[in-house]
Amino acid sequence: MEQIIANGLYLGAQYALIALGLTLIFSLMNVLNFAHGQMYVFGGFVTYTVVVQLGLPFIVGLFASAIVLAIMGAAIEKFLFAPVVRRSKRDESTMLLAAGVAFFLDAVILLFFGEKQRGVPKIVNGVFNWDMRIIMPYDRILIGVLAILLIVVFIAFMNYSKTGRAMRALAQDKMAAQLMGVNVARYSMIGFALGAMLAGLVGGLLVTITGVNLGMGGPTSIKAFLMIMIGGAGVISGAIAGGFILGMMESVGLTVLSAYGDITYLVIFATLMIFLAVRPQGLMGKPWG
Amino acid sequence: MNAKKLMGFAAFLLVVFVFVPMFISATGRWDFYYTLTSVALLSVGAAGVWLTFYIGRINIGQGAYALVGGYVSTILVTQAGVSFWLTLPLAGLFCAFISVLIGFPILRLRGVYFAMVTLVLTEVARLSALALPITNGAKGITSIPQPGELSLFGLTIIPAFGSLSNPRVGFYVMAVVLMIITYLVLWRIVNSRLGHLCRSLQQNEELSASIGVNTAYLRLLAYAISSFFGGIAGAMFASIAQSIYPSSFVVADSVNFMLYCFLGGLGYVFGPMLGTLLLYFGWDLLSIAKEYQLLIYSGVMILLMLVLPNGVLSLLDKKESRA
Repeated sequence: MEQIIANGLYLGAQYALIALGLTLIFSLMNVLNFAHGQMYVFGGFVTYTVVVQLGLPFIVGLFASAIVLAIMGAAIEKFLFAPVVRRSKRDESTMLLAAGVAFFLDAVILLFFGEKQRGVPKIVNGVFNWDMRIIMPYDRILIGVLAILLIVVFIAFMNYSKTGRAMRALAQDKMAAQLMGVNVARYSMIGFALGAMLAGLVGGLLVTITGVNLGMGGPTSIKAFLMIMIGGAGVISGAIAGGFILGMMESVGLTVLSAYGDITYLVIFATLMIFLAVRPQGLMGKPWG
Repeated sequence: MNAKKLMGFAAFLLVVFVFVPMFISATGRWDFYYTLTSVALLSVGAAGVWLTFYIGRINIGQGAYALVGGYVSTILVTQAGVSFWLTLPLAGLFCAFISVLIGFPILRLRGVYFAMVTLVLTEVARLSALALPITNGAKGITSIPQPGELSLFGLTIIPAFGSLSNPRVGFYVMAVVLMIITYLVLWRIVNSRLGHLCRSLQQNEELSASIGVNTAYLRLLAYAISSFFGGIAGAMFASIAQSIYPSSFVVADSVNFMLYCFLGGLGYVFGPMLGTLLLYFGWDLLSIAKEYQLLIYSGVMILLMLVLPNGVLSLLDKKESRA
């Protein structure tokens, strides 16, 4: 039992971090970022390149991922999303663009990094063993703690910095924020960059444990969509709750349902459908997003 | 239907049934038949997605219905020995039926919520196909017999595909006929009272409900028609490939169905057809670029979006407004 909870918390911390980036982009621009999973994979490959091929310490790789992805996110917002949002008749047109970006990133990853599974050597060795009740490698604990730390930093940033306040105002009411003198174009760009950066950071963290490969992008995006649906799209607390809930459900499901074959995700999806039928806006979302 | 539209329709028929086969036999690219058959079938599925766009819902779940339709038809043909031609409408009806069951709760959702639930639906379909005993799991069902003869009162309407000298042409003709029927139905729906009501839903659901439109019923109806198209497209696909696996239609396919609609233009009935042709055929032609295929494809897609954010067919609008 303790083992299941520990696994769930570890998974949940990573998931929450992925969902945070996605929900931030959604709340600011009303864009469902299909490319989020690909950004995560890209971040993982950047860390891999810096750590394994250039031989630099892990922390440098993590920073490199964050910076590369932040620049990429800012560029994507400024040159692609902003013009399309301005000119298209329907909001949803950005979905085609997001999917195009996802394909593009896939292609770039394929050309730059190839299709092989890549990993970084363990950063800490050893296994934590509490009386055979919780067994967990130290590197997983470290990554879990780092992820939770990043979530705390992110929340503090959103709550107490001027940029964070501006972005929250934008998410609440774009028109009102603009009238109060918030530079919408600038903060949309910063928000997109921040969301992409979070995806890159998770990629950098997880490359040490699970490794990354080209095919991981799409499934990761779907999981991230699930999380923000559970919690409510565009709400930061919802994304965190959704991440931890999905992590816990996965951990419990894999243990309890393993006897019945590979049906954990089927059960999760079915539960989600019933839940959404009762509460369409998720746990903490605004009605009709 | 005025003379101009009738002429356009005749020209279209001429192109697909005369010029395309002539072109293919002249160039010897027999593989184009398979590509164009896929285009025709995918555009049937895309027509369904377009209809849900028409009531203001983003549908990324068409892959699920295509998969269900494929399995229904396959299981009926292989295990119950039903004629393929009977299973085709049955697959569509079955999909429409489950779409009503699923749509009843989820059609209350809007915007991205609906989009994400339908996306998840595709995964549910795939995982169910893996878990259920009747679908034969990951191994799928293979060596499905080709469609047999369809005859009415002793008159052969469609010959058995096994007896054809070139089944590829047969499948091409059949898929194109199916596509034409689908788009005629779609065109009819859009230009009927039902279509106007759907448009009112797209613009403002509360407002249309307040003036007495039964929005819940209309949403279900549109979604059921949409899933019907998805189901028959999937059934035909399974029959042409003579096999179906849980991975025959995955999330990427569902997303593609949606992209076809976007690219063609959401405001135009024939948008999804054009979008499918451009994206699928373009992807096929780009295979000469080898490892740069995906890069060029996605690059062109992004460029098209930047230049024509309202779809390729919005080019026509500009001409009209200038004149």
